[in-house]
Amino acid sequence: MGIKISNDSFFERVDKGIKNDFMRQAVSSAQDRLEGRKSAITEEMGDWEDWRELSEEIRQHTLENLDYYLNQFAENVAKQGGHVHFAETPEEANEYITNVAKQKNAKKILKAKSMVSEEIGMNEALEKAGCEVIESDLGEWILQLDDHDPPSHIVVPALHKNKEQIRETFHVKRGYEDTAEPERLAKFAREQLRTEFMQADIGITGCNFAVAESGAISLVTNEGNARLATTIPKTTIAVMGMERIVPTWEELDVLVTMLCRSAVGQKLTSYITGLTPSPGGEGDGPEDFHVVIIDNGRSKILGTKYQSALQCIRCAACINVCPVYRHVGGHSYGSIYPGPIGAVLTPLLEGYDDHKELPYASSLCAACTDACPVKIPLHELLIEHRKDIVEKEKLGTFTEKVMMQGFGYGTSHPSFFKMGGKQVPFLMNIVAEGKDGGGIGPGPIKLWTEIRNLPNSKGDTFRKWFKKRKGGARDGNRDDQRER
Amino acid sequence: METGTISGKDKFLKRLSNRMGREEAPASVTLPAWSKRPQDKVLEGASQDELVDVLIAHSRAIHTDVVTSTSQDLEKFLQEAVSELGGGPIVCTRDERFSSFGLGNYLKQEEKNGSLHIWEEGSREDNFKIAEKANIGITFSDVTLAESGTVVLFRQEGIGRSVSLLPENYIAIIPKSTLVPRMTQAAKIIRDNQKNGQMPSCINFISGPSNSADIELRLVVGVHGPVKVIYIVVEDA
Repeated sequence: MGIKISNDSFFERVDKGIKNDFMRQAVSSAQDRLEGRKSAITEEMGDWEDWRELSEEIRQHTLENLDYYLNQFAENVAKQGGHVHFAETPEEANEYITNVAKQKNAKKILKAKSMVSEEIGMNEALEKAGCEVIESDLGEWILQLDDHDPPSHIVVPALHKNKEQIRETFHVKRGYEDTAEPERLAKFAREQLRTEFMQADIGITGCNFAVAESGAISLVTNEGNARLATTIPKTTIAVMGMERIVPTWEELDVLVTMLCRSAVGQKLTSYITGLTPSPGGEGDGPEDFHVVIIDNGRSKILGTKYQSALQCIRCAACINVCPVYRHVGGHSYGSIYPGPIGAVLTPLLEGYDDHKELPYASSLCAACTDACPVKIPLHELLIEHRKDIVEKEKLGTFTEKVMMQGFGYGTSHPSFFKMGGKQVPFLMNIVAEGKDGGGIGPGPIKLWTEIRNLPNSKGDTFRKWFKKRKGGARDGNRDDQRER
Repeated sequence: METGTISGKDKFLKRLSNRMGREEAPASVTLPAWSKRPQDKVLEGASQDELVDVLIAHSRAIHTDVVTSTSQDLEKFLQEAVSELGGGPIVCTRDERFSSFGLGNYLKQEEKNGSLHIWEEGSREDNFKIAEKANIGITFSDVTLAESGTVVLFRQEGIGRSVSLLPENYIAIIPKSTLVPRMTQAAKIIRDNQKNGQMPSCINFISGPSNSADIELRLVVGVHGPVKVIYIVVEDA
């Protein structure tokens, strides 16, 4: 799939999102519930800020020594008989993974949820190599059956679908005949996927955190599918973003605590699984253990003012409090990483060309920064992006630049300035009457006139009004008061 | 044990080091003394009985029944739990604690009846078939976390991963002495074991039944892992 999930423009995506009533209703109630659960469980701790500071320290220390810890991790995996591959690009990662599949003559691959595997388009690569790849996380399986609908939330990927739509998908694709009750749908998924698991040749998982000292990977899950993927198939492959690592089990404790509480308001998820390579002959579990460590643009962030973005533990707490996400939904971001962290991370990983609107998809209210369990200053990073877009990259919109240039010229030439002011009412009458008048709303002010009426143009210009006012007339103020 | 392979490392790590303004990774790194350690304060100084109370309270919240038992009554409570979950077939781990807690005869009896299988390394395919068919899996807990209602299982010989995963129901027997406040203490135990050369290939932290909220954010208890879970806390030493 890759990071980018749509070819539509940003405003087209937002338009679709805003008009999707079910999705908006689902997103706002999901935000309220997830955020409510998080607040309840973090307040109960009493010292949440201490936990956040500790977590930030751990993440910062680890990133500052990332080369050391990745080396230590790889050596410790290999010492226990596992295989580690370092991949700079998606192509390198996919080549390694498809080679393992070919060596094992694998037909069927069962996957647990992994964002980084989406990032590198792993499924498509494996399918091209002739393997059947089956998503086993309930949400991901629903999306896969529904002709690869993209995820809209990093923790609850099928958030934008209702149960009737899901029932319909199960019915059309798998002949499901039962009701749309979530319990029934989940039971059906259990039965269908259990059969698939029993025939799986390879299990592929993500990795929430690698543990350097132990050469272990850890998986933080609720459904049990990641356990199945690392118990039944003879071969497992874990794919991990290179920053997802902790020094020892003691730091793992802290970050797992933060992840579970921030993501879903649980003390611990149903399953936290720590895995190291097994010597084989254990009667279940993998006999062959691979870890693929992926850069895919992350190293470009190291050593820059954006480095703190790599502290992210993918809990989605920022997404769950974002007022912009609430209204436009996950697909509007055009990235597998939506919300504030997506708006920070996506342009860093993929460049500004396709994603330059994302840093502006924020009200800078800083709710994201306050919610982040590892203290990433998300809204400040969004401002940094805006600076870079306008100043360095010269990627401000065409109108923005023309307006800025025009303003510069106009303000430095008094006659133009006076004339410009007088032209405005005339222009406004032509172009837009606002939301109640069905104005033609051209490019730059369309978004404004769609939801608001432009002020009445029949009044005076400010310069005229100010002259009159000096003469004692205070009428001009009335309009202002009405506007408020 | 054969050493595994590492590929692509040098170029990859050199790029990282360079980004961080150095030629190569530091030869050694000492973990800093963290400025805060809130994890040590959770349930600090709680007695085993208090920890049991915390375990019971939180287990309820995660849809898990907890039974407490003396070592004499354990067999009776186990039988009750088994019948509440609909009886055999049962699969349990090969764990000497079953006999040290006085359950040896019960296991033998059930095995004779053909309703209980004791897990062993053997053939993978047979193990999966048996565990999949089993209605109940039974294991002991190695470390138990009061705060989160969690049993921790270390994979060892005779203690397969499938037993607590594939059957529809799961019973964990929790010796009271295994209770600790939270994951912090389990992490220390894991690190200590590792220093003594014991790193299990799989460590599972299990907190109640499997669940999902992927459909309309409505909680469904029981997805790919067990649907129902019972903990039996038993007095020991």
